[in-house]
Amino acid sequence: MEKQIKKVDLIFGKVDHLAILDACFKRTRDEIILDVIDSGLRGRGGAGFPTGLKWKFAKNEEADQKYVICNADEGEPGTFKDREILTQVPEKVLAGMALCGYCIGASEGYIYLRGEYNFLLPPLYKAIDEFHQKLKKMNFDFTIRICSGSGAYVCGEETALMESMEGRRGEPRNKPPFPTSEGFLGKPTSVNNVETLVFALMIGQEGPTKFKEMGTFDSRGSKVFSVSGDTPNPGIYELELGMTLEQFVEEFGDGDTKAVQVGGASGFCVSRKDFKSTLIGFEGIPTGGSMMLFNSSRSMYNILNDYLEFMEEESCGQCTPCRVGCQQLLKGIEAVKKGIKPPSYLEDLQKLSDTMRIASKCGLGQSVPNPFNSIINNFREEIIY
Amino acid sequence: MSKYKVNLKINNIPISVDEGTTILDAARELNFKIPTLCHHDDLCVAGNCRVCVVEQKGARLLPASCATPVSEGMEIQTNSLKVRQARKHIVELLLSEHNADCTKCFKSGYCELQDMSNDYRIGDHVFLDLVKEEDKVVDISSPSIEKDDSKCIRCQRCVRTCSSLQYVSALAVTHKGNEMRISTFMDKPMNDVVCTACGQCINRCPTAALTERNYIDEVFDAIYDPSKFVVVQTAPATRVAIGEEFGMEPGSRVTGKMVAALRRLGFDKVLDTDFTADLTIMEEGTELLVRLKDALVEGKEVALPMLTSCSPGWIKFQEHLYPDLLDNLSTCKSPQQMFGPLAKTYYAEKVNKNPADMVVVSIMPCTAKKFEAERPEMRGSGYKDVDYVLTTRELGRMIHQAGIDFEKLEDEKYDSILGESTGAAVIFGSTGGVMEAALRTAYELVTGREVPFTNLNIKPVRGMEGVKEASVKIKDVKPEWSFLEGVELNVAIAHGLANAKILMDKIRAGEANHHFIEIMACPSGCIGGGGQPMPTNMEIRKKRAAGIYEEDEAMTVRKSHENPEVTEIYQSFLHEPLGHKSHDLLHTHYYPRKRH
Amino acid sequence: MTKIKELVKEQAEKHGRARTSLMPILQEVVRSENYLSEEAMEAIAEELDLSTADVFGTASFYTFLDTVPRGKYVIRVCKTITCHMKGKDEIIRTISDMLKIKLGETTTDKKFSLLQANCLGWCHKGPVMLINDEVYPEITPEKVTEIVNQYLKKG
Repeated sequence: MEKQIKKVDLIFGKVDHLAILDACFKRTRDEIILDVIDSGLRGRGGAGFPTGLKWKFAKNEEADQKYVICNADEGEPGTFKDREILTQVPEKVLAGMALCGYCIGASEGYIYLRGEYNFLLPPLYKAIDEFHQKLKKMNFDFTIRICSGSGAYVCGEETALMESMEGRRGEPRNKPPFPTSEGFLGKPTSVNNVETLVFALMIGQEGPTKFKEMGTFDSRGSKVFSVSGDTPNPGIYELELGMTLEQFVEEFGDGDTKAVQVGGASGFCVSRKDFKSTLIGFEGIPTGGSMMLFNSSRSMYNILNDYLEFMEEESCGQCTPCRVGCQQLLKGIEAVKKGIKPPSYLEDLQKLSDTMRIASKCGLGQSVPNPFNSIINNFREEIIY
Repeated sequence: MSKYKVNLKINNIPISVDEGTTILDAARELNFKIPTLCHHDDLCVAGNCRVCVVEQKGARLLPASCATPVSEGMEIQTNSLKVRQARKHIVELLLSEHNADCTKCFKSGYCELQDMSNDYRIGDHVFLDLVKEEDKVVDISSPSIEKDDSKCIRCQRCVRTCSSLQYVSALAVTHKGNEMRISTFMDKPMNDVVCTACGQCINRCPTAALTERNYIDEVFDAIYDPSKFVVVQTAPATRVAIGEEFGMEPGSRVTGKMVAALRRLGFDKVLDTDFTADLTIMEEGTELLVRLKDALVEGKEVALPMLTSCSPGWIKFQEHLYPDLLDNLSTCKSPQQMFGPLAKTYYAEKVNKNPADMVVVSIMPCTAKKFEAERPEMRGSGYKDVDYVLTTRELGRMIHQAGIDFEKLEDEKYDSILGESTGAAVIFGSTGGVMEAALRTAYELVTGREVPFTNLNIKPVRGMEGVKEASVKIKDVKPEWSFLEGVELNVAIAHGLANAKILMDKIRAGEANHHFIEIMACPSGCIGGGGQPMPTNMEIRKKRAAGIYEEDEAMTVRKSHENPEVTEIYQSFLHEPLGHKSHDLLHTHYYPRKRH
Repeated sequence: MTKIKELVKEQAEKHGRARTSLMPILQEVVRSENYLSEEAMEAIAEELDLSTADVFGTASFYTFLDTVPRGKYVIRVCKTITCHMKGKDEIIRTISDMLKIKLGETTTDKKFSLLQANCLGWCHKGPVMLINDEVYPEITPEKVTEIVNQYLKKG
């Protein structure tokens, strides 16, 4: 018997965030980092780097200043959970940042908030003010500021984000060096997703065990999903990891789901025949939370076209495979559709996308092949005819 | 820096290199040349063209070898099938956004993208043509630089050159995604922005996106026009570089061959900018001494340090960025622009030609000189003083076109007059050269003795350090220069405008104790000029500099004031440095320009 | 000193003149002027000791930092996938008809600009649009007519 999807309330449940912090501050930072490592928590923005390790790397660096950055540049199509978290439980995010600051030894934190969410600025500033006062009483030196984005998806990439914070074009940097050794203004920096920070706080409260017991070996705990598309119940749900796509579609589908795009424009498209065998998580298909359902009335050509148009516009443009590759993929499927290029041209494009995956500078270009190949492989006819 | 050794294997060959070395450089040590486009030895790492990707054992991604430091135990393949496929794709992608009209392109045969396309035998590449029609409209607003966006492959070498070497940033990366391009402020024409016309971007552009405005046809038209008397002048730095256009080693001294080639091209007289370089020393040296006298004896408010004015890119830089310090600039025109009006007055009279029928052409290592010749104030003779300015590269092209076998040419000598020069003039071509020439003359003028350096070689002002400083103690002066007795003459030299900025900021802050400063817009001075043969890098420039100093030592006369033609022109025409005629013909003034 | 120069100076004093202040200053100018004029970018370059090309290059990277004149109210309709699926084209057509402008254009009275935007983060409540910083999820042609009418009355 497969287990049912379990709804969880770690993220949105109200807690006494100050009490959690107070308790954490009484423990050593190594203890807390070990707990976070032990919990198996991985970054919730999509890339899935182990959070505790990131903190440990940043902690181990010697520097006169370090930074905590909360990545709230949620731009992946189909993702809207960070906005909701910042709306409902901003204090938990701020406390998560302070906890990270405590662990790595940083006294300054920044929230990089996408420009599309500017309406969140007034409540966030208010929450920050209150939080600062509380921290002062706790005698903990930690200041949080907000940097606003201005409409650039690629700034969600952590090094592009820091370039943007430094007042430059949001172009991803060469790695190494990694942010934990040379990040914002060249100082060790831990960049964590909004949701990740809240989970870290909750692990600080409850220890690693409860979190670790949920999910699967590689995908511990729960995750906030953003559900959209052809579904009677669009919205935000915190679910235990480890479900199959079939279970997910049963819960959220409209009875006619032909495909699910897992992980947004940079994620994978799974067709009905693979729902059963596809696990949502790092063993199967990981996601930053974006789950878009498509029913049989949708043209997969249009969907792929939309994704590629998005990537073509949102590529920073600096590296060849991504800048030119995105244009070629987009114009290429148009050419096949119009009969200017033969259907076999799709194979040429798929080979090209393989090059983009391994030769692009950052995650954006590296992940364009995900939707491209998965949609072409599953829905080749729809693309050609 | 740490000297930790890192062990790795490249193409199965073990190697041990310093920590921090890139994979690219480690491979070079093993004589594996990994192809590159955005990488340039003079510039910071970009890692964005991705042509240099390699395969790393155990890694999912192909790292860019130019941007990835080696690590212990790394195993790298530089030419695996995976690498070859990726590299081929990348070149194909670049070609798809490149206007590949190679047969019509000025850079054909000199284009790095073309070479790479050839190497990988990319025939009719399969991808769609992405060149935008509007990009095919070439920006020819600048008299120096042409910008053709349809040829641009977005490697950003020009942007890094303009910012990190030159501190100008007239060019920047703008927009993003499929719209991303290299552009100017608000996409304005090159002539309307802060561009200094130095042409360093051209030297580093792998394609024909940035080239010099070329005037080859106009010059041939003049040569074959029987009513025109066409004289040509050649700048110091051209004679140690033009050989590279014919496959010769950088720094090869080919002055005599160049003169012979110019004659075979049909120029009526082959003359030398070196002559006016010597004249510059007389004028500028005197100007410095006058300023010092005004300051030390008369107690006047004089703009010191005095700054050299031979480099038109530098002049334009200062007009844009340091207009408050224009008084510090020497009023001397550059040697090219001293030559022009003298050719159309003094020389025209001597050879009995109507200046209206004369065409003055100059061969320059420089693109800013094209701009300079167009400045409205450069009409001291009553005509346009210099009609056409060609780069060293354009001259190379003319010689190729005319089918002249350059390497086999016998040496020939410059015509007289305006053809005689000294070693002091030759070294104008390298950073520190103007300073050295000036010191050789000024010191002797003031003390009656040669500069106290072995064999006249003032080593402290030579070399490739970005900013050089030196001081010369002046002792036992002639009576008329008594005010200089015991004075420690402080000088400084900068090459590359980012280095110039360092000195200029000091002057602006009142922290500079120098009396005289030499500034050249281009890295390494004119030998690294924006009109010199490509490629360029420090090694090549050092070889050219060595050629310059050898040429100097080979000259019988090595001090400007001993040039007999210089003595003659002061006797019969100019009468004295800074005199009335000099003022009219050889000196100029400057205009503040907008930076923003 | 012009109004824009004053504004830039005031912002430079508030945020500081380090490069890190560039984004907030650009954002502030767009907030008050609706876009970044040549004059504004020149003033920013001068205050922060940057080249104008550099300022322009940075601004033009960001979709919300417009370097062409925009109206007082910038309408950005999300065009990405789910909003596309849920009828953003109809929304655009409605607004376009009401304001007599096409996508990318600004009304002659400089009051409205109509643009598309990439994913605004309201996929579960599409179609969605922003009018300046104000968000309007789950819009229909009827609702959008009402909303735009309110702005029309606003002056």
